[in-house]
Amino acid sequence: MMNRDIFIRAFTLVFIGVLAIGPMLFESYYKELVMHMMVLGIFAMSLDLLIGFTGLVSFGHAAFFGVAGYLLAIVTPEAEPISIFISLPFCLGGAALAALVIGWFSVRTSGIYFIMITLAFAQMLFYYFNENQDLGGSDGIFIFNKPLFGWGETKLLDLDNPDVLYYLIFASLIGTYLLLRTILNAPFGKVIKGIKANEHRTQALGFNTQRYKLVAFVLAGTLAGFAGYLEAITTGIVSPGHLHWHHSGEVMMLVILGGMGTLFGPVLGAFALELLRDNFQDMTQHWHLYQGIFIILIVLLLPNGIASLANLFGKKQEVPVEEAATEKEEQKS
Amino acid sequence: MSDVILKTENLSKQFGALAAVDSVTIDFLKGQVHAIIGPNGAGKTTLINLLSGDLPPTQGTIKYKDQDITTLGPHEVSMLGIGRSYQKTNIFPEFTCLENCWLGAQSRQGSSMRFIKPAAKITAIRERAENALELARLTHRMETPASMMSYGEQRQLEIAMMLATEPDLLLLDEPLAGMGTEEAGKVIELIKDLAKNHTVILIEHDMDAVFAVAEALTVMVNGNRLKTGTPQEIRESKEVQEAYLGDDEEDAA
Repeated sequence: MMNRDIFIRAFTLVFIGVLAIGPMLFESYYKELVMHMMVLGIFAMSLDLLIGFTGLVSFGHAAFFGVAGYLLAIVTPEAEPISIFISLPFCLGGAALAALVIGWFSVRTSGIYFIMITLAFAQMLFYYFNENQDLGGSDGIFIFNKPLFGWGETKLLDLDNPDVLYYLIFASLIGTYLLLRTILNAPFGKVIKGIKANEHRTQALGFNTQRYKLVAFVLAGTLAGFAGYLEAITTGIVSPGHLHWHHSGEVMMLVILGGMGTLFGPVLGAFALELLRDNFQDMTQHWHLYQGIFIILIVLLLPNGIASLANLFGKKQEVPVEEAATEKEEQKS
Repeated sequence: MSDVILKTENLSKQFGALAAVDSVTIDFLKGQVHAIIGPNGAGKTTLINLLSGDLPPTQGTIKYKDQDITTLGPHEVSMLGIGRSYQKTNIFPEFTCLENCWLGAQSRQGSSMRFIKPAAKITAIRERAENALELARLTHRMETPASMMSYGEQRQLEIAMMLATEPDLLLLDEPLAGMGTEEAGKVIELIKDLAKNHTVILIEHDMDAVFAVAEALTVMVNGNRLKTGTPQEIRESKEVQEAYLGDDEEDAA
């Protein structure tokens, strides 16, 4: 148990340390790859809030990622940048609203129906953007100016500088993790974990579980929108593919392979799969095959995801408490 | 003792052609232990499900402290101070005992739509959850995951979770189901304890237990209320003996 904690701490330190000095370590290609992985990490954590903690398997999570990106493309003028302090709340608000509407219908269902209804809503949005020629149709739409981090003439940060953007995304990754962890430890987090473990009983104990599920859905959708916003800034283009069910499936895979209900697991999943894709893609055009083999191996060998590798260094502490309790029992009788 | 705390009027639940509960009218008095007995399939659990809001009735009304609660959902019924325990153990298996009682306690300590302050730091919730465990005599199991406990202890936890909401009225659905004699004895003591300052509606097949704790009895057969009365009256009633107690010998065994 001690070893496990030490390992997790050491690993986290190294992981964050490497990311923190990333711009000095990586050349520009890898810098962009790491930025992309960090954005995916935020995206995956947002879905983990639903799948891993609330027990809601959303198969339409890419919708919110894409909606926020498209909204940025829509509000960004062609000739000049728009302040991040306007565009970010606008895009997150849009993603939240979409999540509120989709969630309002979806949380009334459960199980396979929930999966299907979230998928259906996301595909509806996909086709809307795919067919809308004003927004570039299936080609997508360019964002010519990165948002201005400041007001009017004052520029606090220069997002056109890749290093600055890198650190903005890095801070967002850490911030999202801390935010989610805070929420999960707060009374709200206790309720959604209860819903995942036993929704019926949670209801019987006095909670309107549908309302809590809806709030979780909106929170997760908003954070997915945040990831989509960052992705749109980084790449300067938004395409219907951002909302496609492939993308929803991919992020679900990151969560499951990384380790549901751990928050950091999905981030590891995002890094592992992207690194893998990047390497195999260079080596062979059949990289999907190798990716598939990797996924099968993880599922077979690490059913609780990559995050459960930490268990090699000892299991979570639980058994000693049980033993202590049994001993007390025995003394009594 | 003549205060009616809960009242059902012509309460019915229809499943297709089957009337699981058929026009049942009962007054439950404040402070009493009121047991509902009857053969399997008499509609006892369905009745409890109607009272707790787990099922919507097809017809009739339920009044709690003069408030119509007929159409309320389970969380609303719970918030009014009606707690229930389940016949089939309905706990959070992977949570510890304290965590199992946590949610019930938390639901009474202001809104849970709070996102910043760690729940663990809200001492009022912890105290309430610990109280419930103490009442149910599970204090020594506080940090034990529920799935690692014996069946009897899980049944105790089932009751503790309900107590964490500090209800006035307890709906106990076969609290002794599947227990050995020794474990059952513990739970009977617990129910006697709770009866001192709660109103209890109890469904139970174990007749010794029922007659040991109940102050009023209702006999149900085929969804109908056959008779309500004191234990003495029920014991001596001819129609009850014919309908129920006669074939109960094998039932209770």
